[in-house]
Amino acid sequence: MTAYDLEPGDGVHPGKPVTVDRYTVGARINHWITAISLVLLAISGLALFTPSLYFLTALFGGGQWTRAIHPWIGVVLFVSFSILFIRFWRANLWKGEDNIWLTRVRDVLLGHEERLPELGKYNAGQKFVFWGMSLLILVLIATGLVAWDQYFFRFTSIETKRIAIIVHSLAAVGIICVWIIHVYAAIWVKGTMGAMTKGRVTGGWAWRHHRKWLRELVASRRSNAGTPRTPAE
Amino acid sequence: MLKPAPNPPVAPVPAKFGDQDLLRKSASTIKPPAERQTEVAKLIDVSKCIGCKACQAACLEWNNLHEEIGTFNGSYTNPPDLTPASFTLMRFTEWVNPETDNLEWLIRKDGCMHCEDPGCLKACPAPGAIVQYTNGIVDFVHDNCIGCGYCVRGCPFNIPRISKVDNKAYKCTLCSDRVAVGQWPACAKACPTQAIAFGTKEDMKKHAAERVTDLKSRGYKNAGLYDPPGVSGTHVMYVLQHADKPSIYAGLPDNPRISPIVEAWKGVTKYVGMGVMGFAAVAGVFHYLIAGANKVTPEDEASAEKLTRGEKP
Repeated sequence: MTAYDLEPGDGVHPGKPVTVDRYTVGARINHWITAISLVLLAISGLALFTPSLYFLTALFGGGQWTRAIHPWIGVVLFVSFSILFIRFWRANLWKGEDNIWLTRVRDVLLGHEERLPELGKYNAGQKFVFWGMSLLILVLIATGLVAWDQYFFRFTSIETKRIAIIVHSLAAVGIICVWIIHVYAAIWVKGTMGAMTKGRVTGGWAWRHHRKWLRELVASRRSNAGTPRTPAE
Repeated sequence: MLKPAPNPPVAPVPAKFGDQDLLRKSASTIKPPAERQTEVAKLIDVSKCIGCKACQAACLEWNNLHEEIGTFNGSYTNPPDLTPASFTLMRFTEWVNPETDNLEWLIRKDGCMHCEDPGCLKACPAPGAIVQYTNGIVDFVHDNCIGCGYCVRGCPFNIPRISKVDNKAYKCTLCSDRVAVGQWPACAKACPTQAIAFGTKEDMKKHAAERVTDLKSRGYKNAGLYDPPGVSGTHVMYVLQHADKPSIYAGLPDNPRISPIVEAWKGVTKYVGMGVMGFAAVAGVFHYLIAGANKVTPEDEASAEKLTRGEKP
């Protein structure tokens, strides 16, 4: 495991088709706790963002409950995402091929992956989602604490609270857009969902979208397999 | 001279205004009635106030509020700030007039100003938690309040307070329940010097003009009425001896207006935000329809198999 983008638990299993381990069960649980929190935060936040969506407060037991619970879900998300961040940050470091990917974003959108460089575990789009989420979550938790009057009212001035809440709203709009990109990409690129549900993808998927990562996995398997393979493999 | 405050009616009388007289309702679009009721106003003549706090006591009593016993902190102002139970508060300022070198004791009765353009109402996300009647009274409807504190951010006068007991916002109601049956607000009724008067906004402005003339004749050349245009006027107005510098009266804002941040938050941010999120979702749908799903081909699988077997894919 020397390449920057190989994460613990990543592995390749020859067969027909080849299967590739992409996310451990821990990473998946971690991801889904974060995901559920984010969705609940978006729904409760939007309910207080615009009167046209205020009816969504009913899902949380009314306006008072929505107001009270939203910051706590935020704390859950922050903790959960922090762990996710520790898991994923290395493999999301920006590399030279990411710049090439960006200049050929037209080919990305048209699905011409043969015209793109070979990519590690994450492409530039995924890295954008990762770093976008990280930055926006930091902004949201910081401004969210300022807005959490129940416990933190006396620590900031009203003018600071005004700035905090507009920044919180803007960051929330931003993160919802990043989330839409994230979910859409998972729907558009077939075979992706399995990575976060079952934890594995097919070799063809890895070959098509993350060839460099697949090559690294195969290579590390070879180097590890100086000893004879067990029949189960 | 002002006529004395009216005594309560002895027989029940129907309320003079109600839900049919709403000018504005928080987080809701409403059609206000064709005809507006006569605007009312409370006029607080700071120059006539003797600082007896009868208004504070009357407010607690009428609204059945129970303020905690506090501590002395070096000022007559007690409690030190407005609270969820103190809708009104006499703020005492010892001010040395630089022109005369006289110490002037400025006593301002603080509380909701009942703005014509209420920032609290604009900021409120809960439908119907804040209402404004056509007579100008801005009232909180506690059944609908969710305790988010957005009104605190919206208010240019720093008035609303959130209760730690029931997590709802509280402030002066202008005694809307008393006014509805032809009574003056409790504070005005209790004031022994008529430093607090109540009536139609027009009458109060007239009375204020007389008071200002009187004060000017006594040497207060900057005396004037505080009815700030930045919030389109208020339904609680002050007569100030020094109307050129309201802020000497315990920080009364010189030019109050709804903060531009609040305006942007409740205006452009809301519409642009919804637009951007909607655009992102629609763009996704269109992209899928035009570009189609990105599928793994059998050749991709074959290549991966070759790679794992150590062959050249």
